Amino acid sequence: ASRVMVASRNYADFANEATFEIKKCDLHRLEEGPSTTTVMTREEGLQYYRTMQIIRRMELKSDQMYKQKIIRGFCHLYDGQEACCVGLEAAIKPTDHVITAYRAHGFTYTRGVPVREILAELTGRKGGCAKGKGGSMHMYTKNFYGGNGIVGAQVPLGAGVALACKYFGKNEICLTLYGDGAANQGQIFETYNMAALWKLPCIFICENNRYGMGTSVERAAASTEYYRRGDFIPGLRVDGMDVLCVREAGKFAAEYCRSGKGPIVMELQTYRYHGHSMSDPGISYRTREEIQEVRSKSDPITLLKDRMVNNNLASIEELKDIDAAVKKEVEEAAQFATTDPEPPLEELCNHIYFNEPPFEVRGANQWIKYKSVS
Amino acid sequence: MRSWRGTSASSCWARRWLSTMAPIRCVGAITGPGKGLRRALSALSFQISRGLWKKYGDKRVIDTPISEMGFAGIAVGAAMAGLRPVCEFMTFNFSMQAIDQVINSAAKTCYMSAGLIGVPIVFRGPNGAAAGVAAQHSQCFAAWYGHCPGLKVVSPWSSEDAKGLLKAAIRDDNPVVMLENELLYGVPFELSEQAQSKDFVIPIGKAKIEREGTHITLVSHSRLVGHCLEAASVLAKEGVECEVINMRTIRPMDIEAVEASIVKTNHLITVEGGWPQFGVGAEICARIMEGPAFNYLDAPAVRVTGTDVPMPYAKILEDSSTPQVKDIIFAVKKVLNI
Repeated sequence: ASRVMVASRNYADFANEATFEIKKCDLHRLEEGPSTTTVMTREEGLQYYRTMQIIRRMELKSDQMYKQKIIRGFCHLYDGQEACCVGLEAAIKPTDHVITAYRAHGFTYTRGVPVREILAELTGRKGGCAKGKGGSMHMYTKNFYGGNGIVGAQVPLGAGVALACKYFGKNEICLTLYGDGAANQGQIFETYNMAALWKLPCIFICENNRYGMGTSVERAAASTEYYRRGDFIPGLRVDGMDVLCVREAGKFAAEYCRSGKGPIVMELQTYRYHGHSMSDPGISYRTREEIQEVRSKSDPITLLKDRMVNNNLASIEELKDIDAAVKKEVEEAAQFATTDPEPPLEELCNHIYFNEPPFEVRGANQWIKYKSVS
Repeated sequence: MRSWRGTSASSCWARRWLSTMAPIRCVGAITGPGKGLRRALSALSFQISRGLWKKYGDKRVIDTPISEMGFAGIAVGAAMAGLRPVCEFMTFNFSMQAIDQVINSAAKTCYMSAGLIGVPIVFRGPNGAAAGVAAQHSQCFAAWYGHCPGLKVVSPWSSEDAKGLLKAAIRDDNPVVMLENELLYGVPFELSEQAQSKDFVIPIGKAKIEREGTHITLVSHSRLVGHCLEAASVLAKEGVECEVINMRTIRPMDIEAVEASIVKTNHLITVEGGWPQFGVGAEICARIMEGPAFNYLDAPAVRVTGTDVPMPYAKILEDSSTPQVKDIIFAVKKVLNI
């Protein structure tokens, strides 16, 4: 019998790009909003897919490690919200700045910290991005200011970063993220006022995942139109489950800020599959049916996959290959995170100050002394 | 900076009520490294910011709304992103509204990021009791801020202290809280040639012996250093020579200077304006007990502090709420048993 080629995969068969219709954004004090169509290249699509899958896998791995008690304390997972950080990162430049709250692992990755350093920070090892001294809520890198534990405190900080951007005049902006829970904090309104007054290049972004810890938005906010809460600041409400929608809105907002018009507010309507943190099963204040419905109808990764396959930007096999590679990368990172040693005791009192000559630090009693170097 | 702009305490007080109508809280941004000279922009409250805005303009001297939590956070964020801001609280009583930003955002970030992100910011403003401003406007925050690792806390007394410590604070790459005193703004001090020079800086963490003595050590900070010196001159007439130490820095505390003095005098009194419990004096006494100087004490160490009460308004009551010179003299005589 002769051998017959049944099927072959030829990358020349794929389209280079495709045009997509995206949801129109609700506008506040804006005449025009982001475009309702956008072009995505095959390359972009594969990159967004891979990045979102890594974050998804990384968060699920963290869930597993937390239940094994290898991760302790706080652990706020981002699965379900991947389109937000990936879409926003696609809309800005690496030289722009980002600050967010404690649900920060996704942004930590998109801002450039490798998975192994994130997981090793969660397990408190010396290979962690903060040498094990920060933990889940305190991860930082260049142009990424964390990772902040106090609800809402990151918002004035972000406006401050924007003030520095304006001062240095290099056309950089700052994305300042907060949740629907934080949106009711007084300091955010103080910040809206000053950012608008001084026209700071700050994009205020509310990641509205419908629940502030265990309280639904209807029970927490007199107005749940978070994109309007900036009052005199224009706003956009965006479908946060669609990476392309987030990207277009992000580009629109970035251009607005860079043009010197001042701050703008974006509300990303999104959803988290996990509870508020690992101590919260997440089903006492919402139904399993609701979670399941979002998973089946609005999952950001599935949405992107379907788009790519239906528009001949990629094949199912190719995406499966990416899944396998992602799984491997996360497994290896987890392996590193469980085998890397904890920081040595000598590290305990380092970095109390920045750029300081070494000094002595008191321990639990007057005879225990540590050295602190910067 | 030769003068604390001379106004008496009472007109400062009048000015402050005026300025709550037209809010003046300055956040002075200072150009970051690589941009040339770093100037000591002391955006001091009341009149002290007069002239600064004229000279440096909107970009560097920012008049903020009355939003302490907001503008303190903005200043900290700006410091994280490369500026060197000086953030002024009209008084440190209002810093309580922003204290989360000072402690959790400014003080702890270098540690939490394992040294990746520094916060070169100065928080400054008047601290402690003024005159007739009553309970909510008279608290001393030396102990509260001095408690926290990651912060440096300085407390100037003389003009020389103010200039040298502010310059050092601005040049320091860490968050520094500078606790000034409203009543001192109106007091003139001699400023030596050296102190008048452009680059005069006082090292943070070093105390100064303002008056040498042999019989007893008085350790103080801020306005009460002056009270100690007055007490010392009264006591000198009776043959008691007090050594007066001006702490200058609350954190990191120069306990070695106190220890060296006790080795000489064998007696210690701490003098502060703040409340007694868990205060600066309590910390000094605890450290002396734990250290080598304990063996040189001929009597227990004693504290002179503010009265343990919210500050009253009536003058006669207010006078008994902060340490007077007579209270210091009384304590000295008790300790020396004379």
